Amino acid sequence: MTANIENSFEPKIMAFVCTWCTYAGADLAGTSRMQYPANVRVLKFPCTGRIDPVFILKAFQQGADGVLISGCHPGDCHYIAGNFHARRRFAVFRKLLEFVGVDLNRLQFSWVSAAEGGKWVEVVTELTERIREMGPMTEFKELALTEQWSGMLESPELQEAYKQI
Amino acid sequence: MSRIGVFVCHCGENISRTVDVEQVAAKAALIPGVAYATDYKYMCSDPGQGLLKKAITEQKLSHIVVAACSPRMHELTFRKAVASAGLNPFLCEMANIREHCSWVHEDRTEATTKAIEIVTMMVERVKKNRTLDTITVPVTKRALVIGGGIAGIQAALDIADAGHQVVLVEREPSIGGHMAQLSETFPTLDCSQCIMTPKMVDVANHPNITMHTYSEIEQVDGYIGNFQVTVRKKARSVDEDKCTGCGICIEKCPIRKIPNSFDCNLGMRPAIYVPFPQAVPNTPVIDRENCTMFKTGKCGLCQKVCGPGAVDYQQQDQLVVEDVGAIVVATGFDLYNISEKPKGSPIKGYGEFGHGKIPDVIDGMTFERLASASGPTGGKILRPSDGKEPKQVVFIQCVGSRAREKGISYCSKICCMYTAKHTMLYKHKVHDGQAYVFFMDARVPGKSYDEFWRRAIEEEEAVYIRGMVSRLYQKGDKVVVMGSDIAVGVQAEIEADLVVLATAVQPRSGADRLAQKLGISYDNYQFYSEAHAKLRPVECATAGIYLAGACQGPKDIPDSVSQASAAAAKVMTLFAKDRLEREPIVAKINEAGCVGCFYCKKVCAYGAVEEKEIRDRQGNLIKIIAHINPGICAGCGTCQATCPSKSVELNGYTDEQIVAMIEAL
Repeated sequence: MTANIENSFEPKIMAFVCTWCTYAGADLAGTSRMQYPANVRVLKFPCTGRIDPVFILKAFQQGADGVLISGCHPGDCHYIAGNFHARRRFAVFRKLLEFVGVDLNRLQFSWVSAAEGGKWVEVVTELTERIREMGPMTEFKELALTEQWSGMLESPELQEAYKQI
Repeated sequence: MSRIGVFVCHCGENISRTVDVEQVAAKAALIPGVAYATDYKYMCSDPGQGLLKKAITEQKLSHIVVAACSPRMHELTFRKAVASAGLNPFLCEMANIREHCSWVHEDRTEATTKAIEIVTMMVERVKKNRTLDTITVPVTKRALVIGGGIAGIQAALDIADAGHQVVLVEREPSIGGHMAQLSETFPTLDCSQCIMTPKMVDVANHPNITMHTYSEIEQVDGYIGNFQVTVRKKARSVDEDKCTGCGICIEKCPIRKIPNSFDCNLGMRPAIYVPFPQAVPNTPVIDRENCTMFKTGKCGLCQKVCGPGAVDYQQQDQLVVEDVGAIVVATGFDLYNISEKPKGSPIKGYGEFGHGKIPDVIDGMTFERLASASGPTGGKILRPSDGKEPKQVVFIQCVGSRAREKGISYCSKICCMYTAKHTMLYKHKVHDGQAYVFFMDARVPGKSYDEFWRRAIEEEEAVYIRGMVSRLYQKGDKVVVMGSDIAVGVQAEIEADLVVLATAVQPRSGADRLAQKLGISYDNYQFYSEAHAKLRPVECATAGIYLAGACQGPKDIPDSVSQASAAAAKVMTLFAKDRLEREPIVAKINEAGCVGCFYCKKVCAYGAVEEKEIRDRQGNLIKIIAHINPGICAGCGTCQATCPSKSVELNGYTDEQIVAMIEAL
């Protein structure tokens, strides 16, 4: 029975993808009738360069248990270099997320080209399975509430930290 | 309050098989703002579009969501339908419940839930959509053709004949490509030079064609209708305008022992050379690596004998910028050189075939040069090791192709036919000789192709052995070929005088680098990708760039020529209009918010961000801010995600729209 309860958790995954490579790759997975878990919701962007890190925070806040960002392979960007900008931006952003205490395993970056329907399926399946094992993401949703913020200040660890500043 | 219409498509059974479309429509109707929701068998069909248009007028709909296939498939169809009903086309969005839902999930409940969520997301998004007006840009009616093989030549001639200017860029010193190297062509056995060289001359003499030979693409800027292409004209060391093509420099050059790559290294050429006698242009080029003048500074013979004084040792590479409106890519193929394993490539070598070690194991192109009347042997079939006429020749098909475990899984398409042709050419020249062919299958579809292949067996007495070759080794002056004959079920062992390998067709070396400059996509093998495998086979996903010939996939001459003419027709369609309409998916600046940090300018790969001065009524400068040129902006949105003051907005992908979608989760 316990196993059943564990399995009943269906993670919500948001995928932010670029139109030219990953969205087309996901389309290819469809036209090739490949199968993958139904947990992912795809948001189309012109380019990974358009993806503001705030969207990732917003997704977690709205109840996403995992976020996937995927675009063209380095060097293949439809917009010449948008994915390079995205890569740099997210390399920094990951550090920040780690700092605020988000498990980075909930955030996946990948390059899936328009020809890689199979890779899309692999990435989505792997991420879904991983998140399923990790369980629901709760900490961030709690953080989003202002009461929680003020409440957190009263925790002994934080008070200790404030004294040291 | 918006009145949104949701239209759920069954796509025959493609969607309705796994998604309960009626339930999706029923749930969609409950979303606040949705005024009308329905489902229909084929939304994209004429009655489907009629239904959509009727609903827009009758229900006074303000925004539309079509839940059907991928927007990459039919977004344009529905936007046109919406526009014809009097609504701004950009107030219509598609929810992809086919490629991203019904086709990839089997569980009906799960798929239906997901479809409802996708529709909800798109409904929330469309609420934030704004009306947008199409942008028009001028079209430069001048085309660039990259590659001067048969495909590039055909495309260039077709476009030029239609009255448009064409710039033809070729990497080698002469146009002609691989077809100029061939001896005779299947299935008619007409001489390749006889049909190719007149076309080459046509190109050279055409008033509308500018040729840049011995040149490469350095940089590509701009977009459909307005490309700026920088071409690097490599230093020939011979002035093209002064040279008369008399050839005395070639005669007098003292360095004469350089393997001629045009003849697959069978013959020799001097350091100043034209690749072959019929070369276009007939201007020699100095091979600086091998020329004594460039190596030691002594010699200068060619300069002394040149009457018009065309030889110029000081010549430098030149960069020429060409403005064009469309680009045809026709860079062709290379034969897979199985003797060397390319660095960093997942493709494994074929050491067991002894290519590159045993001199009498050659590839198909080398055989073409042996059989060619203009080749190093004057058309006599003589083997490279001792110049004797081979009496037994073994041809091996599918070397490199169709071997997934070795790294190339595709069929090279042309080898079955050219091997059949080789057996015939051989039999025509060596009457008492015997040709053997090891093959997996004969893949010879095409007009008069099967008849041609049967002729090789039935009339020209080539022996076809179905089976793979396991080993090749040198025994005296013979090459022993061991393989299985699966039709008879025995081991076949043939002592051959010459072995010809039908090696795989690969994209030209450097195809990936060119693709990156052009911003077009390619597959795992570096063959360029078309926008749609069936319906848009000559266009790239990047607007204004078209494909012709073997750069897209293995092709024979008729296919390459057909595709080249098709690409030319596409270019002419583009050039038929003076102005081009393009999607208004461009970024714009909120002038009040912009502080002029110009981070957007730093990240813009297109140079679309300009500086704009804001002045008061007295003309005093208030601030300098960013301004985005909508003609240049490609709409990637990198500037928006970068802007620290959130003063950039990309039409169609505003923060509002995206956050609305995320909040719908």
